[in-house]
Amino acid sequence: MAMAADDIARMIKERFPDAEIRIEDLAGDGNHYAATIVSEAFRGKTRVQQHQMVYDALKGNMGGALHALALKTTAP
Amino acid sequence: MSAQDVQDWIGKTVAGNEVVLFMKGTKAMPQCGFSMQVTQILSHLGVDFKDVNVLDDMGVREGIKAYSNWPTIPQLYIKGEFVGGCDIVREMFQAGELQELLSAKGVAHNQQTLPA
Repeated sequence: MAMAADDIARMIKERFPDAEIRIEDLAGDGNHYAATIVSEAFRGKTRVQQHQMVYDALKGNMGGALHALALKTTAP
Repeated sequence: MSAQDVQDWIGKTVAGNEVVLFMKGTKAMPQCGFSMQVTQILSHLGVDFKDVNVLDDMGVREGIKAYSNWPTIPQLYIKGEFVGGCDIVREMFQAGELQELLSAKGVAHNQQTLPA
């Protein structure tokens, strides 16, 4: 199972419309990605909370269809 | 074990050990690159930790995700608190925040930082 980078970006964008999103396909296999997400929504949140918000936006795909997504989240 | 028994067991394990890493494989032989990275960071800092190999028990493997509302493994707990997965632990280590957290929680460790 795998997910396209565009699908990941779209799901994140739906949840965080203001977000600047950069997604890299680390291994070129559609299975190991790194995402950098900058959104006002992350301000004042802990890293755990920020990543939980992203996982929530991915609606259960993380750990399932999406094996590896290295996350870096910050507020602008 | 029922799902509730698993949650109870996880709660006791997290409460009964200063530092616990739920991981794929063991600290002697990690079975996944992400678990290995966290193991290396903790070893580098000289932190004594309990390793729980989620590959040994499907109930624990799924249960730990529900316990923390976190979909991936590894998961690091310090003094009962969920600290994060591989990305967060690495970011905290690089920023020196993991060392600060260990000090603040009174967990023995050395003061190593990243080699220049």
